[in-house]
Amino acid sequence: MHVYLIRRLLAAVPVIVVVTVFVFALLHLAPGDPAAIIAGDLASAEDVAKIRANLGLDRPLLIQFFTWVGQLLHGDLGNSIFSAHPVTQLIGQRLEPTVTLTLMTLFISVLLAVPLGVIAAWRAGSWIDRGVMGFAVFGFSVPGFVIGYVLIWLFAIELDWLPVQGYTPLAKGFWPWLSNIILPSVTLALAYMALIARITRASMLETLSQDYIRTAHAKGLSTPSVLMGHALRNASVPIVTVIGIGVALLIGGVVVTESVFAIPGLGRLTVDAILRRDYPVIQGIILVFSGAYVVVNLVVDMLYTVLDPRIRY
Amino acid sequence: MTSATANAVPIASRSRTGVHAFVRRHPTVVIGGALLLLIGIASIVAPWLATTDPISIDPSHRLRSPSSEHWFGTDGFGRDLYSRVIYGGRVSLIVGLSVATLATVIGLAIGLVSGYLRAVDALVMRVMDGMMAIPAIMLAIALIALSKASVVIVIVAVTLPEVPRVVRLVRSIVLTIREQPYIEAATAIGTSVPRIILRHLLPNALPPLIVQATYICASAVLIEAALSFLGAGTPPEIPSWGNIMAEARPYFQLKPAMVLLPGLFLAVTVLAINLVGDGLRDMLDPRLARRM
Repeated sequence: MHVYLIRRLLAAVPVIVVVTVFVFALLHLAPGDPAAIIAGDLASAEDVAKIRANLGLDRPLLIQFFTWVGQLLHGDLGNSIFSAHPVTQLIGQRLEPTVTLTLMTLFISVLLAVPLGVIAAWRAGSWIDRGVMGFAVFGFSVPGFVIGYVLIWLFAIELDWLPVQGYTPLAKGFWPWLSNIILPSVTLALAYMALIARITRASMLETLSQDYIRTAHAKGLSTPSVLMGHALRNASVPIVTVIGIGVALLIGGVVVTESVFAIPGLGRLTVDAILRRDYPVIQGIILVFSGAYVVVNLVVDMLYTVLDPRIRY
Repeated sequence: MTSATANAVPIASRSRTGVHAFVRRHPTVVIGGALLLLIGIASIVAPWLATTDPISIDPSHRLRSPSSEHWFGTDGFGRDLYSRVIYGGRVSLIVGLSVATLATVIGLAIGLVSGYLRAVDALVMRVMDGMMAIPAIMLAIALIALSKASVVIVIVAVTLPEVPRVVRLVRSIVLTIREQPYIEAATAIGTSVPRIILRHLLPNALPPLIVQATYICASAVLIEAALSFLGAGTPPEIPSWGNIMAEARPYFQLKPAMVLLPGLFLAVTVLAINLVGDGLRDMLDPRLARRM
């Protein structure tokens, strides 16, 4: 068990190294002088030189890389070109709305999609099954920002039940917080739910055809007990895997959803950084998002041994 | 007379049941394909379908409601929304098709080599794992933020994060097939590696690859729209569904249709591509079809 944990942790190291090298290289992959591009068309030669010095672009490539990595290891992501604030501070300020939105989405998705997938597999071929599968294709196809606007139009403008946009921290009360976060969470959840419902159904179909399920039925266990206790437990590994992989989808969706609902989170920070070509901020956010993805999938891998004790590494 | 018609009917109905049977067995491919064909044709003949020049501005007619002159109304610059939406399909389809082709070809090449040569496999797969850890849209944003906006840059930026998915698929197929006795036999009689790849591995990898390419196409259309919507994609002078929606955002509460109409076209296009993908998957792999 411990050996497995250590092996799995070590396996994450090359991934993190590749991500780091990649994020560093991005600045140098682009055609032309990155300093000039970041400065924009209207910048003077002086500004360009300042940015070049700020980013350390005037030094040899390897030295630049190791200086940058050295700073990273000290938790320093550099300073924003636009506001000169440390990138870690900027990210820290924007973390709460994004984390809230992501957790809420995760909660809604798992709570609804897993039962949907279970029922679809249990009643395979029925109209419920067709409905769930149809919903899955729909969820994959309709872009988050289109769904977001449809929901705003319906629930905020036509029905006037919920606020159109914005974010209220949980500290300011439960209902103000919930009323703001519910539409973006549902928007973001749709594609994720499609993914989870589909894999739940597929994995459950596989499990339900096993002999021990027939045995469980035969010894008189109730259907819910067979479905949840026996089948879902054994079908859980692929489901949890997809929930982990789907976090990448979620992160991409966060950027767009926050933009639609004017939520001041990391997604907004990203969009502002693109418009200002604030490269250290973009690099910092990519590192944070990728890091989150790696950690989530690490946790998922650890969960395997809990969910399925047969897995021994 | 009666016998003649009686004889004629079976032949006609037999050819009809051929088509019929296909439609009944693979309704998703037919529906998706028909929709896609419609959107494709509309994009190609956009200059004839459009009622006005999609980029000619007319400030005196801005924000008009739909009328017989402007079917979808006009945008904040007085440009005809219908014409812009029709032209917008071009960018989506060009990006979708180019990314699907490029990512598949590049991924296929890397996957074949990686699956066949143990020496490079470990390194290549670590790089792919790393790339997959970066969310696709963030990777694309980072690339685009440093370049001048153009459709070509968008294609490159959307292709890059899709490549690892193809590599993984191709590699897994190669790893399974290379252990098969007939590959061993081929090697034993002295077949060269390129020939084994071309004659044995490629035909096996092709069906799942085609399905994967369809999904990549759908994903690319979505990402292009999202990027353009965020202001980091197709340059504003070329109408695309994403940037039409972005430009309509300030007027959303006043005129929701300005945002929702291009969104509808986008959603239907992606839906059509996904339907074709699902249908192809069912056709090419019936075993998987029952499970998924």
